Amino acid sequence: MKWRNVLKAAIKSILKNRMRSLLTSLGIIIGVGAVIVMVAIGQGSQYRIKKEIDALGANMLIIFPSHSRMGGVSRGAGSYNRFTLADTRKLQKESSLCAGISAIVASSGQIIGGDSNWNTRIYGVDPKYLEIRAWPLKSGSFFTERDVRAKAKVAVIGQTVKENLFPDSNPVGERIRINNTPFQIIGVLSEKGQDPRGMDQDDVVLAPSTTVLYRLKGGQYISFMMASAISTKDIGAAQEELTGLLRDAHKIKPGEDDDFVIRNQAEITEAAASAAHILTLLLGSIAAVSLLVGGIGIMNIMLVSVTERTREIGIRLAVGARESDILVHFLTEAVVLSLIGGLIGIGIAYGVGEILNHFTELTALIHPEIVMMAFGVSGAVGIFFGFYPAKKAARLNPIDALRHE
Amino acid sequence: MSTVIETRNLKKNYEMGSVIVHALRGINLSVETGEFVSIMGASGSGKSTLMNMLGCLDTPSDGEYLLDGENVNNLTRNQYADIRNQKIGFVFQGFNLLAKTSALENVELPLFYDRSNRVPHTLKAAMGALERVGLADRVHHQPNQMSGGEQQRVAVARALVNNPAIILADEPTGNLDSHTSVEILALFQELNDQGITVVLVTHEPDIALYSRRVIQMSDGRIVGDRTVKNRLIAKEVLPTLPTIENGENGEDKS
Ligand SMILES: Nc1ncnc2c1ncn2[C@@H]1O[C@H](COP(=O)(O)OP(=O)(O)OP(=O)(O)O)[C@@H](O)[C@H]1O
Ligand SMILES: [Mg+2]
Repeated sequence: MKWRNVLKAAIKSILKNRMRSLLTSLGIIIGVGAVIVMVAIGQGSQYRIKKEIDALGANMLIIFPSHSRMGGVSRGAGSYNRFTLADTRKLQKESSLCAGISAIVASSGQIIGGDSNWNTRIYGVDPKYLEIRAWPLKSGSFFTERDVRAKAKVAVIGQTVKENLFPDSNPVGERIRINNTPFQIIGVLSEKGQDPRGMDQDDVVLAPSTTVLYRLKGGQYISFMMASAISTKDIGAAQEELTGLLRDAHKIKPGEDDDFVIRNQAEITEAAASAAHILTLLLGSIAAVSLLVGGIGIMNIMLVSVTERTREIGIRLAVGARESDILVHFLTEAVVLSLIGGLIGIGIAYGVGEILNHFTELTALIHPEIVMMAFGVSGAVGIFFGFYPAKKAARLNPIDALRHE
Repeated sequence: MSTVIETRNLKKNYEMGSVIVHALRGINLSVETGEFVSIMGASGSGKSTLMNMLGCLDTPSDGEYLLDGENVNNLTRNQYADIRNQKIGFVFQGFNLLAKTSALENVELPLFYDRSNRVPHTLKAAMGALERVGLADRVHHQPNQMSGGEQQRVAVARALVNNPAIILADEPTGNLDSHTSVEILALFQELNDQGITVVLVTHEPDIALYSRRVIQMSDGRIVGDRTVKNRLIAKEVLPTLPTIENGENGEDKS
């Protein structure tokens, strides 16, 4: 066996028929490149959505007040039971499956500080709030239980507020006025970015829940509560526990509906992830079509050149090539072309992925399995259609192959 | 002397739908080692068909073919390929050169598939063969950059590059002017003098005069078999021929 010669012959054939080689590889390049890029965009969005939701906070539960209903009939305006700080304190004391629970007292107002003023959201929260939101401080410290009990006039500001009021200096220790009440800044939050709805989460001032409720807002009702389960697998149990405690606090009799709603992170994540999954499927189908088109392209080129190649095979057989020589020759040609095309396709896909990641809003996430799959499929198409006609021709009598039209 | 080619009642039928074409109707032919045979006959009389059988390029419908005393009917495809590669040099009526491939590479081709490695320096051997047919200055030309006669000579060079025991040539001078034709015949005679058996097909009685034996075919049968009495020696004839402006660039003249 002169494998080296057969390999040499295959490489020579590729170089001699540049156009045919180029068109064959092109089919594979398009097939591989398109599949990888499409799927990468889909998986990139999936990944990004998951990350944004994770950034909301780990194992987070949100507890909203709602109208309670009985047998589908609203019990009227008076039955709208909002939460009080007492509800929060009861949950904080009695819950065993929550790592932290915080009241949220949402307000807004004019902040005067430094040399300017700024209109922003003001949230009254409890000390565990940052832990629940998985939101570290950039500098300074957060308020404590004592501050909450004392209705202390301390505040922690978000990055957007910091940039507007104290662009060049460290605001920790500075005094500001919120709706004319003086506060001292004790900490600055790290940057959080936008939430999935596009809202700037850094445009916020945090203060103790009691301070906001009694000193700024007035009244007795808080807006809602946030909690975090001690672990992801305990989310469901924590939700049940909170439901029980709140029904107890609100004296809801068995058979009556809850007057609150608890949403968990998993539900939110699932909804978003399924949307992203549909996107991936959609892009994947486009990619599959590209792969198919690429494959048909390769097939066409191969089949069109069969006549020419059958004569070539006839000549090779006539001067003494064995069937196996012909098969190795054509298999080598097909494998080399598929490999080259596949590698170029992968290279282009990675290049396009980089461009998308740097210059567009899209996130491309290239998974090695997809690369292997795209490469495998187009390689298989290239090899099959490069090899199969040759196999048929190699079985002919030399003279029949030479006569082929 | 031993018998190198022997056929017994060799037949070849082509089925064309309901019609059966009898291309060979029973050929009994025996050629001794070192013979120089020419086969003549009208167009369609079955000359090429017979040559293809002798060259192990095609299989007969019936009958036996013994090459070097060995019945080749029962050989495997690989053994068939090796016989074509090592024993036979075949010159096709239509050249059958690889397109987009230089003369040198075309001539090298049989050595590519030679498993016996009898020829160690394939490139040198291919160059040598091209020199013998007078194409030393055309080695890098591709078939579409050569005249018909030049392509024919590349085909001859390819047939003799692996030192075959038999050269089978189907109208090797069909595209050559008389001067180049005689040059090719001189080459065949030289190879024949070295002991190589030569069988060639020709339409021209003049060409047949350079062989030792003429076989006449008609309608798939051998109808005549005679010895050439005073065969011409190409080397002696060459100087007497009028040379055209450039003897090497022989164009179609037949
Ligand atoms: N593949 C084929 N299918 C059907 N008939 C064929 C085939 N090849 C040859 N024939 C027929 O067999 C007969 C002999 O053909 P062949 O090619 O041997 O003739 P030839 O003597 O070489 O003619 P020429 O001098 O024109 O080359 C012809 O009648 C031809 O039509
Ligand atoms: Mg013929």
